[in-house]
Amino acid sequence: MFIAVIWGVAGLGLVLSWAKNRGNTRKALQFFRRAFLSLAPSIVAIIWTIGFILTFLPSEFVLGAIGRNAGIMGVVIAAVFGSIVLIPAFIAFPLAASFLRQGADVRAIAAFVTTLVMVGALTVPLEMKFFGRRFTLLRNSISFVMALVIAFVMGEVLR
Amino acid sequence: MLFWAIRPDKALAVLFVSKDYLLEMLCILPPVLILCGLFDAWVPKRTVERLMGEASGIKGTSIAFVLGTVAMGPLYAAFPIGKSLLDKGASLYNVAAFLCVWAAIKIPMVLFEIKFLGAEFALLRLALTVPAILFIAALLNTFRMNTSRIQ
Repeated sequence: MFIAVIWGVAGLGLVLSWAKNRGNTRKALQFFRRAFLSLAPSIVAIIWTIGFILTFLPSEFVLGAIGRNAGIMGVVIAAVFGSIVLIPAFIAFPLAASFLRQGADVRAIAAFVTTLVMVGALTVPLEMKFFGRRFTLLRNSISFVMALVIAFVMGEVLR
Repeated sequence: MLFWAIRPDKALAVLFVSKDYLLEMLCILPPVLILCGLFDAWVPKRTVERLMGEASGIKGTSIAFVLGTVAMGPLYAAFPIGKSLLDKGASLYNVAAFLCVWAAIKIPMVLFEIKFLGAEFALLRLALTVPAILFIAALLNTFRMNTSRIQ
């Protein structure tokens, strides 16, 4: 649905732009070509790596290792795991829910879900291309720390 | 390829896992980049500066939040958009907020999280994530300021 809308908007935009000003449209298409060619190889490499990680390090195994007794280290491991993998929400949330039911630490689950979305270790090289090393490393490391803070606050509130 | 020769069974599994991600990339990246290109060619710099620049205040940050929330797609699709905004004069604070919101807050995702992990868990996490994002953006902005002063 969203994909159809965004293709539609992009297509319509191109047609309108072409009707109004060909020079500007050519500029836009050049931008597209340059950006796509520079992005695609890195993204394919990232996707390939995710494939490897998810195949050899099943989420069940890692989340299973962070039960209620794992303590603070369990929370940190969960946060690190969430930072590395890229799992779509429609897989991650049911998985996290099943581990919560099996008695996993709520802090670990919160840390995992939060770093999963906010920290992207695999996309760091790509992010650097756009925003530079300093911005990228800071954004990811501060996000990691904030995810831990969120996890511990949630642990206190939901106890 | 070498890997394929050693463990064909595992290689197939890797391919299978990667397939959905590749499809997602091919579905989302081209239109996003076309829109970025059109944005780059058509939207004047001073419009972005006015809406999301240093002086845009809470309005600019709100725009960053709305843009990040309504859009869908992986974080790497947000990088070219954020970069375009930055080049057109949006403040670093707002671009950092945009990136983090894109990554962390999506309405369908929040609904999904409520369904699986419970309203208490999901809404508490959301309530903590918003100030965390503002804090991260502020910190990134401050660090940038410091470097530019030193250089």
